[in-house]
Amino acid sequence: MRVTPDSVPRLRRGVRRQFDKTRDTAVLMAPERVIVLDDIADAIIMECDGHRSVAEIVTVLAARYQAPEDEISSDVTEFFEDLAQAALVTL
Amino acid sequence: MNQIAPRIAPPFAVMAELTHRCPLQCPYCSNPLEMLKARAERDTAFWRGVIREAAEMGVLQIHFSGGEPTLRSDLAELIAYATEQGLYANLITSAVLLNEDKLASYAQAGLGHVQISLQGADAETADHIGHYTGAHKKKLEVAKLVTKLGLSLTINAVVHRQNLEQLPRIIDLALQLDADRLEIAHVQYHGWAFANRAALMPTRAQFEAANALVDARREDIGARMQIDYVVPDYYADLPKTCMGGWGQKMLNIAPDGRVLPCHAAETIPGLVFSRADELPLSEIWEGGHAFNKFRGTSWMQEPCSSCALKEVDWGGCRCQAMAITGDAAATDPVCSRSPRHDAMNAMAAAEAQGAPHEFKWRRIL
Repeated sequence: MRVTPDSVPRLRRGVRRQFDKTRDTAVLMAPERVIVLDDIADAIIMECDGHRSVAEIVTVLAARYQAPEDEISSDVTEFFEDLAQAALVTL
Repeated sequence: MNQIAPRIAPPFAVMAELTHRCPLQCPYCSNPLEMLKARAERDTAFWRGVIREAAEMGVLQIHFSGGEPTLRSDLAELIAYATEQGLYANLITSAVLLNEDKLASYAQAGLGHVQISLQGADAETADHIGHYTGAHKKKLEVAKLVTKLGLSLTINAVVHRQNLEQLPRIIDLALQLDADRLEIAHVQYHGWAFANRAALMPTRAQFEAANALVDARREDIGARMQIDYVVPDYYADLPKTCMGGWGQKMLNIAPDGRVLPCHAAETIPGLVFSRADELPLSEIWEGGHAFNKFRGTSWMQEPCSSCALKEVDWGGCRCQAMAITGDAAATDPVCSRSPRHDAMNAMAAAEAQGAPHEFKWRRIL
């Protein structure tokens, strides 16, 4: 599954983000699966609203973390490719 | 505060077997041979208590299962309560008793996901295996309602010698139904399936053809539908990480309220199970006899105890070790390092030979 700057990622039906108080971490809840999110993954998921493109998400995160867009872009692209392959997002 | 021993990490999921009643009679059912009758079942207040305590101890998901959980008239209430407590609710169903109103009430209550079983690719085969006329047609209708309501759909297909040739069509069917996930599971030989081995065991050639098919279809289907594939133990060389490790990731609650490390744990003699209303659920999880018996690695014997993979597969399946070797603490004979591995392979080959036996249907006697 190729993710491009124009791809618009959306959490697949049945997938939602939640904060797990017991383990003090954000998680993705999916059918019969729990995916623990680290801080970077959670920051990306929080921007994934089914409307914004990958390029727009990268711009927002690069500004927030004052990091080069190239670096953020490769992290975000790779992350969404993994999630798409695991049937957690659609593009 | 005083120094306390490190706590045992809480489970992620609870399997709630609300009932053993089921309109289908699949000969590989994972329920025990001696099933519980309706009068042994627990009431709504019991299950609400389980849900509340599970959420408090850190459980994140609940799987409403059975038997057929939609036989329970309180299912929508339990889904709503689980959702309110922050749990993700999964429904594991045969679907034959569902209609749009009932399903909509579950969706309204917050249900996240529905897993529907198919017994084959066409009505003739599937209705024979489930021993229920009209089941297959009904399942397809309900699967369409699931996605219409915006719920995530998993198709679960248990495969064996008598339906494996339909696997290509089962995969096509799951795609047509717009399933998010297809779980293709070779029969696990516990309970009813163990009693039906000579009717269900595939040949090695069937098994190898299925593996190649799944690899090829995964490649061309890509991310559109996830395919989870459970290989048949008797032809494998490494054991499964059964239950994600005994007493590590999930717990199972039987219809009568007993808390089990896995749904087949009752086949192991000498384990002591508590009911969820006798003790706090967290106490049963952390201190319960059955949970501690095979938790971690200290119970292991050779060849497990010196194995580099002991914290990967945690020794495999205890119930299978019991069923095949008579010793629940033995290495799972699926493992090629088990002294019983070759004997188990030979048994599978023998069971798969000749005409398949008649099914022993799953029934509450």
